[in-house]
Amino acid sequence: MANKVLMKGNEAIALAAVKGGVEAYFGYPITPQNEVSEYLSKYMFEQGRVFLQAESEVAAINMVYGAAASGKRVMTSSSSPGIALKQEGISYLAGSELPAVIVSVMRGGPGLGGIQPSQADYYQATRGGGNGDYHTIVFAPESIQETVDVMKESFDIADYYRNPVMILVDGLIGQMMEAVDFNKPTTKRFLPPKDWAAGGMNTHNGRNTVCSLYLDPYELERHNLKLQKKYQAAIQNETRFELVNMDDPDYVIVAYGTMARVVRSAIEILAKKKLNVGMIRPISVWPFPKAPFKNISRNCKGILVCEMSLGQMVDDVRIVNNGALPVSFFGRAGGIVPEPEEVVEAIMHFESRRVD
Amino acid sequence: MNDSVNIKVAGFGGQGVMMFGQMLAYAATEEELFALWVPSYGPETRGGTANCSVIVAKKPINSPVFQKADRLVAFNLPSLEKFRNNVEKGGIVLYNASLIKDPGVIPGATVLAVPANDIAIELGNIQVANMVMLGAFLEVTGMFLDATIDHILQKLLGERKAHLMPINRSAIAAGRELAKNGASSHA
Repeated sequence: MANKVLMKGNEAIALAAVKGGVEAYFGYPITPQNEVSEYLSKYMFEQGRVFLQAESEVAAINMVYGAAASGKRVMTSSSSPGIALKQEGISYLAGSELPAVIVSVMRGGPGLGGIQPSQADYYQATRGGGNGDYHTIVFAPESIQETVDVMKESFDIADYYRNPVMILVDGLIGQMMEAVDFNKPTTKRFLPPKDWAAGGMNTHNGRNTVCSLYLDPYELERHNLKLQKKYQAAIQNETRFELVNMDDPDYVIVAYGTMARVVRSAIEILAKKKLNVGMIRPISVWPFPKAPFKNISRNCKGILVCEMSLGQMVDDVRIVNNGALPVSFFGRAGGIVPEPEEVVEAIMHFESRRVD
Repeated sequence: MNDSVNIKVAGFGGQGVMMFGQMLAYAATEEELFALWVPSYGPETRGGTANCSVIVAKKPINSPVFQKADRLVAFNLPSLEKFRNNVEKGGIVLYNASLIKDPGVIPGATVLAVPANDIAIELGNIQVANMVMLGAFLEVTGMFLDATIDHILQKLLGERKAHLMPINRSAIAAGRELAKNGASSHA
């Protein structure tokens, strides 16, 4: 572990953004993600890059739009109510095909809610609160290392698809400290030049226009279909997941982020109780991984979805499962991170209720 | 050391609870173990209560939260009250005897009274009470090398606070000394 440094999640996110080549950051303070901006405020200034604390989240996301339109690598970060305010801007980014990275460090809601860790913004991230037929590519890592790895890559992914990419973590990942290696190699993509960008007349020939306005319905439909084609490509290429103990499990748990780590410990406890439990861990939550559900062993008795919310991802699981296996849910809300024993209990309850 | 040790550190904000926990996590990382530090990050303020959890393990750490602590370090009475029932059997509890007069019985745990504030004041700075506690903790748990802790301390204090190295070292040594002479075990 010689290359590893112990670091707070939020600070690691900031440093990973730097490694990913961020040229401009726009944000507005909110717990539990403040260390992202704190770190970048110092670093970006020292490097002569742009750091700007906007007057509001709405202003910040529109600054992201402007800087992205000029062809720069740009990001913002916020937490639940702040991300809610950014939704209009995210829809405009998607509509104008602008690459940007958005870090969402979830806390309990609705409304101002609380500041403790939560996963209650799954709908917000994967469905979006913005208008129109659009998708945001969303990654939901489970550790600081995985967050850093995907964060470094996210600017490339955003540029490749010309689409916003969201890093979705909960407050615990933002606040905790873990050892992390920043030098793990990342996949390099071929990225075409940003000849569409409105970066000033010395950077392109003729007029470049960035907008999401198409008043002719036929033209807008063509634009919509073009976006859909991109989303299909993202579904093909960016779906990520991890399988844990999925050879021939009695039960399958589906969980992401911090919840998945709690489930890992629960699986170990359950093994001692002679219950063989596996896990499908989505790493991309949009696109949602469908393939692993088709390969669940025939002996599996059911699927338990675990979330730090009262049931959001469970919808995606039900869609993919399409009635094949009984689906049950366990969740805690309000900012509570459940202990492994609670997941164990949920599986035992599932087992006891089952009628053969 | 066991394969995995769950540690809870709790006290008033300003008592150095977070730094105590972070030092363990830094030390574990330096000794190539796995470590995870989780703060309580509610609306804590100086004088309010604060706590952090540290997991030190020989293999990658799964759940960042745990039900029962193998080691509890309580800097004040409210903290001891809050976490006393969440100590694993065979666990070790250190409490700040300068502020906690009667810890009560913690079944199945080895309990050590550390008059951390008094010792720190004797050394000349109450702010090193957490390092007195750390010294006692390192002694009774046998975790980490002296050299590792010293190195981490230097790193955390930095150049600006380098003049505080001697008193911090003395505080750790005093804590170790105290722990050598008496852990009282409750059956």
